[in-house]
Amino acid sequence: MPGAAERPLSPHLQIYRPMLTMMMSIVHRVTGVALYFGTALLALWLVAGATSPEAFDLVNGIYGSWIGLIVMIGYSWALLHHAIGGIRHFVWDTGAGFGPEWRELLARLTIGGSISLTVLLWIVIWLVKG
Amino acid sequence: MSSSSGSSMRTPRRRVAGLGSARSGTGHFWLQRVTGISNLLLILICVPLVISVAGEGHGALVELLRNPFAAVALSLALFSIAMHMRIGMQVVIEDYVHSEGMKVLALIANSFFTIAVGGVGVFAVLKISFGG
Repeated sequence: MPGAAERPLSPHLQIYRPMLTMMMSIVHRVTGVALYFGTALLALWLVAGATSPEAFDLVNGIYGSWIGLIVMIGYSWALLHHAIGGIRHFVWDTGAGFGPEWRELLARLTIGGSISLTVLLWIVIWLVKG
Repeated sequence: MSSSSGSSMRTPRRRVAGLGSARSGTGHFWLQRVTGISNLLLILICVPLVISVAGEGHGALVELLRNPFAAVALSLALFSIAMHMRIGMQVVIEDYVHSEGMKVLALIANSFFTIAVGGVGVFAVLKISFGG
């Protein structure tokens, strides 16, 4: 390709100072990929339930173990973060929220909201389930 | 402009439709928004349902899914989520997998995985709901 080598390359991630909005964009994608595989855990739980009570107890035992609960807490945070990040994208789709103050506020709401709602969710689960 | 119309294989109709080598326009962008909305609504319904039976015995799950409202909500959620997953992961693959062969294989694997997860999940819900 003649002339291609002389053209300046656009700067990539490592050039920029890390910013909250940039981080939230990356985390939105990472949580999306995590949830992609997490849905298989939901399907596996349902398949075990459709197979036999023994299979269901086995999967419930794995999911209810301490390592399973860590995965579930991470799963719920990823879901909440991706959901709130998605709502942020809906706001942007209307053309609003692109200004420096709003986009910063939206980024803070996304991370703050996902963490506090995850804590709240597990307090409710703990209260309901004992 | 005039030179392309003489030598190009692309018809004026195709140029007007705006379909380039990607063979699609804004369809995926729009579908990701629509399934985003449906995911949001259906997950808000399904999360309390799943939590209500999580960690309980098999009987609790069967009793929940005997309720057609719960079974339909969970089935639609799995369907909507699988669609959202498929086009979401497609963007990730197209961004990071640059070799054409690997990219095609990854896109096929993506379709297989998302349709399998959605299909298997919906089947399991219906099997329990229909009594067994």
